[in-house]
Amino acid sequence: MLKLEHISFSVTEDDRTVEILRDINLTVDDRKFVVITGPNGSGKSTLARIIAGIETPTSGRILLDGQDITEKSITERAKLGIAFAFQQPVRFKGLGVLDLLRLATGRNLSANEACEYLFEVGLCAKDYIDREVNASLSGGELKRIEIATVMARQAKLTLFDEPEAGIDLWSFQNLSRIFAKMREDIKDSSILIISHQERILSIADEIIVLTDGRIEKKGPAEEILAGIIGTEAAAPACRRLHEEGTP
Amino acid sequence: MKMDAIQKRLIAEVAGLHEVPAGAYNFRANSQLAGRQTTANIDIQSKEDGSGIDITIKPGTKNESVHIPVVLSASGIKETVYNDFYVGAGADVVIVAGCGIDNCGTQDSEHDGVHRFFLEKGAKVKYVEKHYGSGDGDGKRILNPVTEVTMAEDSSMEMEMVQIKGVDSTERMTKASLKAGARLVIRERLMTHGQQKAFSGYRVTLDGEGASADVVSRSVARDTSFQKFDARIAGNAPCHGHTECDSIIMDQGKILAVPSLEANHVDAELVHEAAIGKIAGDQLIKLMTLGLTEKEAEEQIINGFLK
Repeated sequence: MLKLEHISFSVTEDDRTVEILRDINLTVDDRKFVVITGPNGSGKSTLARIIAGIETPTSGRILLDGQDITEKSITERAKLGIAFAFQQPVRFKGLGVLDLLRLATGRNLSANEACEYLFEVGLCAKDYIDREVNASLSGGELKRIEIATVMARQAKLTLFDEPEAGIDLWSFQNLSRIFAKMREDIKDSSILIISHQERILSIADEIIVLTDGRIEKKGPAEEILAGIIGTEAAAPACRRLHEEGTP
Repeated sequence: MKMDAIQKRLIAEVAGLHEVPAGAYNFRANSQLAGRQTTANIDIQSKEDGSGIDITIKPGTKNESVHIPVVLSASGIKETVYNDFYVGAGADVVIVAGCGIDNCGTQDSEHDGVHRFFLEKGAKVKYVEKHYGSGDGDGKRILNPVTEVTMAEDSSMEMEMVQIKGVDSTERMTKASLKAGARLVIRERLMTHGQQKAFSGYRVTLDGEGASADVVSRSVARDTSFQKFDARIAGNAPCHGHTECDSIIMDQGKILAVPSLEANHVDAELVHEAAIGKIAGDQLIKLMTLGLTEKEAEEQIINGFLK
């Protein structure tokens, strides 16, 4: 179980203090699939980075299964069972897909075992197992590999920061099936996803709406979803594309 | 084979050999011949003036290899060796060279190898060269290799040159000239640490139609070490040339990259790329979110980069 108590985060720019997150209180129970949504710039990604230990909150406490992890490093939190899928997956010259999966599982995974993780995210394993995680991979491929490495960790709490970012709609339809399957296989773990996608929101147990650094509302998915469908927070991707204009 | 334990360890580092290899070989230890074997197709002869060896590979020789490792385990040796390789038309061989220096003494040890390759028409060579230094004496471990490659029509050469550890000072110059349809691929990997200095220069001339060269160097400079990479490709015919220098800089390391291109023909297509930078913060963070410490993450990134 993850618990955030009075989390605030601010940065100083040109002698001016900008508040990114204000007094966030939330709980992600075991066996729950929770989605955080809200307009761009509302502080969602910052919140995920604070949970993973990449950013340090200005004030407040983070508890994982009752243990205060506020002062713990990224590495310590990973070892305690937090996994984090980046919004923009990182590229590495020279590190291969198999290398990353081995680092994620912390053991000398066989090629066959690694293939199973790739198969889960819809990649034909034999085409990818020896590939480098470099600029030769497309955004969609990288995203799937990122998701596979995070799934391979079998963590207590898995965070996803906008899994839909950077991939086309067709690919995302397939990806949303992966999340539905994760929801089914959740067991005693929990999943926290930052997303704007209705397909992700609709399979959530709980939805948290973050606006301007504050929790605007939170509750069971069906209750919250009814209030935000058609708003900026959960606009169907094609409508947003249409309104924003494709480049 | 007349070698002691230190020499055997050096051989394993530079040639990946734990026993006597199959095929032709010439082992040199502390300036003495330590073992030689020739085959029906590959001959090795000492030069008359004793300055090195001539390796002659018969035309059409396939799937054979030549190992010519050199080890120095005594302090204070300084030697220059000339090795010439004559590779017959249509041959397809692997040549493994390398030099390991273990210097526990106070005097400098230096091996300057001059390798000349003459590839006849259609010959194909894969050349692997590893350099390694060890020993904690004050004497420096110095390696200054010169490689010259003369390539006839449609010949091809792939060179892999690695220097990861322990060499205090290196000045490397690789020159190649290519006739029509010849193809040269060079992959260099270099890591310097402590106060080491490394210079790596390439002079490639593409003289015939359809000749191509691809020179890629990946390097890491740690501590207060210094590296200079200086690659020049000249295109004198319709040809393709590419050079790339990609470096990670750490601590107080310094790197100077000087790629240059010279086009002397309107259909010469030449490209160079050079990038120097520290390890990206998000790469470290990504690996830390997988449970690695910052130091472990750094090692993984460097190992992968130099793989």
